Amino acid sequence: MTTHRRTVLKGLLGAGVSAVALKAPTVLAQTPVKIGLLTVKTGPLAQGGIQMEQGIVTFLKEKNYTLAGRKVDFISADTGGNPAGAKTKAQELIERDKVHVILGPLAAFELLAITDYVRDHQTPLISLAAAEDVTQRKANPFVIRPSATSAQCCHVMGDYAAKELKYKRAATISEDFAFGYEQMAGFQRVFEDNGGRVVKKLWPPLVTPDYTPYIAQIGNVDCVFNGFAGSNPVKFMRAYADLGLKGRIPLLAGWTAMDDALLRSLGDEAVGVISVAFYSADYGSESNKRFVAAMQKDYGVLPGGYSAGMYVAGQCVEAAVQKLGDAGPDGKTLAEALHQISVADTPRGPVKFDKYGNVVGDVFVRRCERKGGQLVNTVIKTYSNVSQFWTYDEKEFLANPVYSRDYPPAKYIE
Amino acid sequence: MSGNRFRSVGVAIALVLLATLPLWVGNSYYINVASQILLFAVFALALNVLVGYAGLVSLGHAGLFAIAGYAAALMLQAGYGHLAADTAAVVITLAASAIFAVLALRSTGIGFLMITLALGQIIWGIAYRWASLTNGDNGINVATRPAPFGINLTGAPGFYFATLLVFLLALASMAVFVRSPFGASLRGTRDQPLRMNALGYNVWLIRFFAVLFSGFWTAVSGLLFIYYNQFISPQVAALTTSAEILLMVISGGTATLLGPVVGAAIVVVMKNVVSAYIERWNLVLGVIFVLIISFMPDGLVPGSVRLWRWGWQTVRARLDGWISSPVEEHGR
Amino acid sequence: MMVQITSAQAAILAVNSIALGGLLFLLSAGFSLIFGLMRIPNLVHGSFFMLGGYFGVTFLDRGVNFWLAALLSAAAMAVIGGLIERFLLRRLEGQILPQVLLTLGLAFIIADICLMVWTGDPWQPSPPPELRGTAQAFGMFFPLYRLAILGVAVVIAIALWLMVDRTRLGAMIRAGVDDPVIARVMGIKVSQLFTLIFCLGAALAAFAGVMGAPYLSVYPGLDFEMLPLALIVVILGGTGSLLGALVGSFLIGFLYNFGQAMFPDLAYVILFLPMVLVLVLRPQGLFGRVEA
Repeated sequence: MTTHRRTVLKGLLGAGVSAVALKAPTVLAQTPVKIGLLTVKTGPLAQGGIQMEQGIVTFLKEKNYTLAGRKVDFISADTGGNPAGAKTKAQELIERDKVHVILGPLAAFELLAITDYVRDHQTPLISLAAAEDVTQRKANPFVIRPSATSAQCCHVMGDYAAKELKYKRAATISEDFAFGYEQMAGFQRVFEDNGGRVVKKLWPPLVTPDYTPYIAQIGNVDCVFNGFAGSNPVKFMRAYADLGLKGRIPLLAGWTAMDDALLRSLGDEAVGVISVAFYSADYGSESNKRFVAAMQKDYGVLPGGYSAGMYVAGQCVEAAVQKLGDAGPDGKTLAEALHQISVADTPRGPVKFDKYGNVVGDVFVRRCERKGGQLVNTVIKTYSNVSQFWTYDEKEFLANPVYSRDYPPAKYIE
Repeated sequence: MSGNRFRSVGVAIALVLLATLPLWVGNSYYINVASQILLFAVFALALNVLVGYAGLVSLGHAGLFAIAGYAAALMLQAGYGHLAADTAAVVITLAASAIFAVLALRSTGIGFLMITLALGQIIWGIAYRWASLTNGDNGINVATRPAPFGINLTGAPGFYFATLLVFLLALASMAVFVRSPFGASLRGTRDQPLRMNALGYNVWLIRFFAVLFSGFWTAVSGLLFIYYNQFISPQVAALTTSAEILLMVISGGTATLLGPVVGAAIVVVMKNVVSAYIERWNLVLGVIFVLIISFMPDGLVPGSVRLWRWGWQTVRARLDGWISSPVEEHGR
Repeated sequence: MMVQITSAQAAILAVNSIALGGLLFLLSAGFSLIFGLMRIPNLVHGSFFMLGGYFGVTFLDRGVNFWLAALLSAAAMAVIGGLIERFLLRRLEGQILPQVLLTLGLAFIIADICLMVWTGDPWQPSPPPELRGTAQAFGMFFPLYRLAILGVAVVIAIALWLMVDRTRLGAMIRAGVDDPVIARVMGIKVSQLFTLIFCLGAALAAFAGVMGAPYLSVYPGLDFEMLPLALIVVILGGTGSLLGALVGSFLIGFLYNFGQAMFPDLAYVILFLPMVLVLVLRPQGLFGRVEA
C-alpha cells in the first residue's frame, strides 16, 4: 500500500517524463506493468472493496511485485462506491497514471458506468462485478470477468436443488436490483427446467433495516433461495432464524450471501445453509493453500470471493503478460491475450475464458458447518467447467432477453 | 479605488487562467477535474441563491438535479435529440421547482429545510424503487455528448470549455441578480420579511421566483453532470448529494459569488484528487468542515477576506508606525 | 401494484411494526428534545446511533453483559455528546447554517473513524440469552427480543415522561421548549440545561444503537439510514413533544413495515409523503404546540 502512493507521487512529479519513457521502443522487457485497482474503501460498500485490495496485494506480494520478468506498478483508487466516483477514478488511472490494465470495480452499477469509457480508451478491465450483459449481449472486447456472471453459480444451484435435494417448491428472495434479478432468474430457469416450481419471488430494496415484512410473506415451500450481498445476508439470516423459519424451511444461498469472508460475522443461524460459489476457502489447490495461508497471516481473515477473485485476476494478468513476451502489455493486444489464456492452478481451480471474456471454471456447492467453534463452508459437490450459458445453447441463450425481474416469466407464482 | 483596480486585475487574471487551463494543466485527467469543479460550482451557485440570498436552506436540491438528469437521459434513450431532451429537462425541472416552492414555502428556517429534505427523499425513493421507469440501481447510460454548432465535446478540453462557458454565464447571471432590484428585495425578505410585507412586497412571490431561478441553474448543472459522466443512477438524488452541495455553499461562504465556487473546488479536489493519496479523505474533509466552522463560521471566502484585511491593516499600521516615528518629515 | 398479504402476515408485520416503533422512539426522543429545546437540526444523531452500536458490540465482544454494555455505551456517548455541545455547538447558538455544516462534518468524521476501527464488516451480536427464543402464539412465531425492545421503549418513555412532567428539570425543559426567551429571563440556566439535554439525547441514541444491534446489525451506512427515519418521526410528532415522538415512532413503524410489504415500488413515497403533508398542513406536528 505504501508503494502505490510513492508511485503516484513519482507519477505526478514526472508525468511528462514517464509518458515519453513509455513510448520508447527499447528495453521493453524492463517496462513495468502498470496495474490500477478500482475499489471501494470508504462508505457502505467498503467491506467488499477492502477485501479486493487485500486479494490483489497478497498476489503481488507473493510474486514480489514482478510478473513475467516485469516490475509491477500498482495503483489503488477509491471510488467511494458510486458510479460518478468510478468514472473519475477510471479517468485518473487511465489518463493520468496510464495503467495497462484495470482491476475492478466492485459494484455492477460502477461497472456499467465505465464500460463504454474503457472501450473508448482501449484499456482492458478485469472485473468481479456480475452484470450479465457485459459478457453477453453487450460483450465488450476490453472487459474480462474471472469470477462469474450473476447467474453462473445460480444455474448450478437450480440443478442441485431440483436433482439432488429433490425440492419441488421454492421461494426466492434477493435485493431489488439487477444482481438480484439475474441471480434469481438463473436459479428459476434451471430449477423449473428440472421440474421445480418457483412459487414466490420477493424483492426487498438494497437498503432494508428489517426483513420481517418480506420473510412474513414466505409461504408453504420446500426451500428459500436467497441472493443477498454486502452486509444484508447477516441481517437477513438473523431475521430468518428469529422468525422461526430456520428449522422449518431449508435456506439456500448465492455466493455473496454465504461468502467465506462473511462467516466471521455470522452465527448459528448460518449452520446448515447450502450455498453455491465460484470460490471456496476449503478448496485444496496448491495456489489456494498459499493464498489462504497468506491472507490469514497478513490480515487474520479467511478469504472470500472478492479477495480470491482479485488474486485470480492477478494470475490472469501474469499469464497474459507472459504470453505477450517482448510485446508490451498495451491496450488491445493485452485485451486479446487476456481472452486467450488459461491458468491451470488458481485458488478456484482451472480457469479459461469464453470468447465473450467470461470465465469457464468450477462452481462449488457447500454446506455451512461448525468445526471446532468456527463456521466453515464445506464443499459437498463440485461442478466443473461451468460456462455462463450453463448447458444451454449459446445462440439460443443470447437470443433471449437478458435475465431480469420479469424474465424468465414466473409461471407458478401463487 | 485601488480595491476596484485590484479586483479587476484579479478577475482578468482568473479569466485568463481559466481560459488557458487546458494548455498549462496538460494531462486530460486534471482538465476533467476542472470541468467537475465548474459543473458543481454551477450547482452550488444555484443553491446559494436560496441559502445565501433568500435565507432558505434546502436539503432537497439533489432531487431537482436528478430530475433534470433523468428527464434528459430518458428522453435521449427514447431517441430524442439533445436540444429537445435538454429543453424538456429544464422545463420539467422548473415545474418540479415550482411544486417544491409551493410546498416548502409554507415555512421558512428549519421547516423549509425539512420539507425540501422530505421532497428530495421522495424523488430519490422514486429513482431508486420505480425501476421500470428509471432502471433502478443500474442507472441509465447516456450514449453521446451533444455537439452544439458542430463543436465536438467528446474530448476533455472541448467539454471543459463548454462547461467554463456555462459556468461564466451562471456566474454573470448571479452577479446581475445580486445587483438587481429582485436580488435586493430577495435579501430584504431574508433580513426583514415582516417589514418587506408591510412595504407592500409580496414576500411569497419573491421567494417563489428565487426557487425557480435556483431550479433553473440546478437543472443546467444536472445536464452538465449527465453529459460529463454519461451516466445517471439514484445515488445522484440521495440525501448525501444534497448535503455535499450544501456543505460546498456553507464552507465557501454563503451570499458571496466566490464562496460556492471555492467550496465546490474543495469538495471535488478532496474527493477526486486527494483521495488518491489519503485513504481517510472523508475524515479529512469532515475535519476541514469542522475547522472552517470553528474559525471562520461565515465561510472560507468571507473569513479569508477578513483575515486578509486584518493582516493588511496590521502590517500597514506597523509600517506606518515604523516609517513615521524616526523620520517624521516623510510621514504622509 | 399492491401486494396482497394474509392476516397471519399482517399479524407478524404488526408485531414488527411495534418493535421498530420502540427502537425509533429511543432514537428520536432525544432528537426531539434537542430539536425542540435547542432548535438544532442535529444531523449527527444517526451517527450517535451507529457509534453507540459499535461501542456496544465491542463491549459485548469482551464478554460484558448485554444490558451493561448498552448502559456503558450510552454513558460513553453522553460524554462525547457533552464535549461536542460544550466545545463546538455552543458557539453556534441560533445559527442554522453553521450548525448544519458542523453536524454534517462530524457525521463524516464519525463514519470514517468507524470504518477505520470496526472495518466494513457487519457486526450482529446475539440478543441477551434470556431473550433469544421465540414466542409462539396463534400458530405464529414472534421473536422475544423484538417484544423486549418494545418493553424497554415503554419503560424509558415512562421515565422520560416522569422527568419532563414531574421534576424541576422537566419544568425547565418545558419552559425552554415553549419560549426560550422567557425561560432565560426567568433565570433558568439555559447553558447547563442544553448540555444536559444534548448528553441525554446522545446517550439515548447510543442506547438505541445497542438495542438495535441484534436486530438491525451495525454496519457502515447505518447512520444515514436511521437519520431520515428519526427526522420523519420528529416532524410527524412535533418537535419537543415526547408524546409526539412516541406516536410518530409507532406510526412510522407501521408505515414502514406495511408500506414495504404492500406497495414496494412506492415504499419511500409512503414513508416521506406524510412528513411533507404534516409540514405543509400542520407545521407544528401532530402533537406540537403552536410556537409563540
